[in-house]
Amino acid sequence: MSTMEHKLTNTNEMVFTAEFHSLDGNGLEKAKKYADRMRGWFDGVNATDNTAAHAHASNVATAIAIKQLGLEPIMQIVCRDKNRLAQQADIMGASMFGVENFVALTGDDVTAGDEPEARRVFDLDGPQLVRLMNTIKRGEYMSGRKIDPAPQMFIGAVENPGAPPFEYRVERVAKKYAAGAKFLQLQICYHQDRLERFCAGVKDAGLAGKIAIIPSVVLVKGPRPLNFMHNSVPGIDVPAEQIARVESASDPAEAAYLQTLEFAQHALLQPGVRGLHITDFRNDETLERLMTDLGRVRQISTTEVKDDHAYSA
Amino acid sequence: MTTFIATIEHVVKGPVWGCQDCGQCVLHSTGMTCPMNCPKTLRNGPCGGVRENGHCEVKPEMKCVWLKAYDRTQDWPLPSTWKAEYNHLRPPVDNRLKGTSSWKNFFTKRDRWTPPGWKNSTDESIASGVEI
Repeated sequence: MSTMEHKLTNTNEMVFTAEFHSLDGNGLEKAKKYADRMRGWFDGVNATDNTAAHAHASNVATAIAIKQLGLEPIMQIVCRDKNRLAQQADIMGASMFGVENFVALTGDDVTAGDEPEARRVFDLDGPQLVRLMNTIKRGEYMSGRKIDPAPQMFIGAVENPGAPPFEYRVERVAKKYAAGAKFLQLQICYHQDRLERFCAGVKDAGLAGKIAIIPSVVLVKGPRPLNFMHNSVPGIDVPAEQIARVESASDPAEAAYLQTLEFAQHALLQPGVRGLHITDFRNDETLERLMTDLGRVRQISTTEVKDDHAYSA
Repeated sequence: MTTFIATIEHVVKGPVWGCQDCGQCVLHSTGMTCPMNCPKTLRNGPCGGVRENGHCEVKPEMKCVWLKAYDRTQDWPLPSTWKAEYNHLRPPVDNRLKGTSSWKNFFTKRDRWTPPGWKNSTDESIASGVEI
């Protein structure tokens, strides 16, 4: 059982997860550097799957690297690039190396990336992928062919509380829960009222306590990334006053940090929320500062790098 | 005869619903809005990329297919049994049915076939798991 699954099912503790950086050149070296920054702070780190429709080192390779570096991977799988056969192969391949946490996403469209001429796949959609993951967890491929023993899996999905249609987002949560999702990482949302409404809706639908809600925050250095997210990331709207607040500050980097802290504290107070997901675009001391300000204590084990799953037969 | 039915269906449903000939029509359960017109061909609701104005991430000039489906399901005088199916988890598309008549597939029940693994994962067996 993964740490995340254990904490979410057997304890009342909050879980903290983070987005692992995409890997390109010098992948393993960079992976080690990122892992060392995150070590001891997080219950799981997301191995992303071609973020924003840009090609990078694969989700499977990144998840295995994270595992070998002693952290717990959460392997994202998007529906944009691969059909159901390839998705099943990736899940089985990753589980061979001890990857247990999986999260299903629809994924940004190819037109959001730097190769918009590529063919989009979307053989399955997000909720269908959740159910496929659950099928594998039960010990079967989609065809019904048995998998013995069935892989150990903890399955999650994502949702965007900040994009219309707002009421319908809660119904989507119910659907993903019914398909087998046990946790839900949320898209970054700069509208506190929308997050409040979403969490209240999940509670009213009787789903709080059944599916763990994990909202996201992002560490940025100033107004530029806020503008970028607002203008270029599908489904993210950053209100003008939030951008102005950072832009007009005498110390924009400090103002941006305080804004993130405020959103993190607000998110953690919402009903049904069982943790926080952090994306770090700053690469500075504010990652540690945020965790400390949120009352977390770093847990460093005596073993610097665990490699018990490294290519074991 | 089969081709003839498929042609008739295409002529009727193409101009009215933007039918993409998937051969497994779910129009009645999606507020008479064809989900195959979503650029990502999503059958189970909108993605997270819907714009502030409710338009599509991929085609900014087009209203999100699923917003349309949601509004129509609420507002149009459709049979309640159809409306009740709106939130059903629709199975993955059977790509072998592309270009065939969904009318025929409905009457022969061919469109109700799902892969055995999918069928065995009932919502009840999943949702009764450990509470978080």
